[in-house]
Amino acid sequence: MISLAGRDILHSWGKFVFTGVGLGLLIGVTLSMAGIYRGMVDDAQVMLDNTGADLWVVQQGTQGPYAESSSLYDDLYRSLLNMPEVEYAANITYLIMQVGHGDQDVSAMVVGVTAGKPGTPGQPRYLVAGRHITRSHYEAIADISSGFQLGERIRIRRNFYTVVGLSKRTVSYNGDPMVFIPLKDAQEAQFLKDNDALVQQRRRNAENPDFNRPGIPDLLAVVNASQSTNTYVNAVLVKLKPGTLPEDAAETIRRWTRLQVYTRAQMESILMDKVIDKSARQIALFLVILSIVSAAIVAFIIYTLTLGKIREIAVLKLIGTRNRTIAGMIMQQSLALGTIGFVVGKITATFWVPIFPKYVLLEPLDSVAGFFAVLAICALASLVAIRMALKVDPADAIGG
Amino acid sequence: MSGKGIHIEGLKKRYGEGDTAVHALRGVDMQVAPGEVVGLIGPSGSGKSTLLKCLGAVIDPTAGRMVLGDEVIFDNGWKVRDLRALRRDKIGFVFQAPYLIPFLDVTDNVALLPMLAGIPNSKARAKALELLTALDVQHRARAMPSQLSGGEQQRVAIARGLVNRPPVILADEPTAPLDSERAMAVIRILNDMASQFETAIIVVTHDEKIIPTFKRIYHIRDGVAHEEVGEGRGFE
Repeated sequence: MISLAGRDILHSWGKFVFTGVGLGLLIGVTLSMAGIYRGMVDDAQVMLDNTGADLWVVQQGTQGPYAESSSLYDDLYRSLLNMPEVEYAANITYLIMQVGHGDQDVSAMVVGVTAGKPGTPGQPRYLVAGRHITRSHYEAIADISSGFQLGERIRIRRNFYTVVGLSKRTVSYNGDPMVFIPLKDAQEAQFLKDNDALVQQRRRNAENPDFNRPGIPDLLAVVNASQSTNTYVNAVLVKLKPGTLPEDAAETIRRWTRLQVYTRAQMESILMDKVIDKSARQIALFLVILSIVSAAIVAFIIYTLTLGKIREIAVLKLIGTRNRTIAGMIMQQSLALGTIGFVVGKITATFWVPIFPKYVLLEPLDSVAGFFAVLAICALASLVAIRMALKVDPADAIGG
Repeated sequence: MSGKGIHIEGLKKRYGEGDTAVHALRGVDMQVAPGEVVGLIGPSGSGKSTLLKCLGAVIDPTAGRMVLGDEVIFDNGWKVRDLRALRRDKIGFVFQAPYLIPFLDVTDNVALLPMLAGIPNSKARAKALELLTALDVQHRARAMPSQLSGGEQQRVAIARGLVNRPPVILADEPTAPLDSERAMAVIRILNDMASQFETAIIVVTHDEKIIPTFKRIYHIRDGVAHEEVGEGRGFE
């Protein structure tokens, strides 16, 4: 038996291909949306991976440093280093800010890391160009997605930093590139005031009788100095010794330091459930809507194509064609349309994904699942047309 | 193929019930011998199409008896179970317009019926080609229907109706869209095929040009068929 669906497609291939291309663009958008969702999740996971930490020690009662602000004294890491389970402990600060690059600003997550100690938690794990930060001030490592080049000078607050290294896939949970600078600089940048504000603050301190006591002449200088320095960090990242269970070590640290400690799994849960949850659900909902729209469009296209063949279907039924042959013809055409659409969609998504400003991750397994979803949607959508075709009376082929 | 043609006794068809019932056929008797071509004429609404649909096994009569070939297909409420197979194997259809499947070439349009009956594609195509040759359209075997003239399309449609060698062919105004010359050619072909394949053919027509060609005519008026002797001109 010849394939009626195949012959019809070959006969009107132009119509099929153009319809398939139209559908494919819609499928391409759907695949891209799935990729944006995956990219968002991957950004969050890769941020945690890049820290190289097993535990996050943060201010008690907070869910910092990503979901909430957290402040810890910057000497706390020393007491953590003394614990037997801990291999490394390193201070870290995170600041979301605009980094000046020539005349433009780049939205970035500035990360303050312990300079001169590559391999400690928080440091970029590998570089694609340049070197690690070796000086205590004014050197930076930037993610390549920031657009910064080696040797370029970038501005963070009022200080300039030289880009000495470039890293890759070091991004924040919302996809902004990370810029790593020495911890001291980051601490300063976090609370750095402009000169006018400093003068104003010192004038206020001088006018305050509690700070400016004639009997204690150095007090005012001490107060001014304490207000100009920052001894806080957002978190301490902890790398555990091999064989140590993170949950056990977290419990020990909680008990002895009275701080909040999160394991990798807990931190991932905070990011997924609290930080990117709404955005992810928004995209997921959009994905569902796009799938419904795609199904409606396929149903409409197949219905219209079938509507144009009512007389042929009546003739086919009159001359003894089985209902299942006719239903098969319509379903095969629908599946063929879906396949053309998927191929076009996959190709277009692959081509336009790199121009998206944020990371879009097209997972091969998502594509496979997407392909079967498209086939299922097409099969489902063809049921309306099949129902209509099966209702066609063979008597319609006979006049009168 | 059978030698018994068409035999109809007291065929009735009623649409609706009670006061609104329409009696389209009020007891039609008809016999068409194998190899015979008869005309079926009558004004609009007389019941021609209803009779054709009953004969074509697409609607059920209300009462009566129908025998196609050597098979009783309806007998006062009883009917053959697989009407689809009956239509495929026992009845050939030729329509007012050719209604060829636009996405199949000429050969496959004709070969489709044997293929549907389970005959291998190569054999079905050979059968189709044989008929196309008999109807003198073998040179258009690979053409698509849209590339054929009206006459050629109608010949292909006749080939499709004949390809399974049915004992009966029902032709519904097959010459309506054709000019006189082509209309006569189609009637000649139907007569040739009827005698060559021993097929009983009923031609429903309004076409004044071809009515004189029938030797026998059934004239339907108000749901009753009246047999008349035709002129049989041109096919003596």
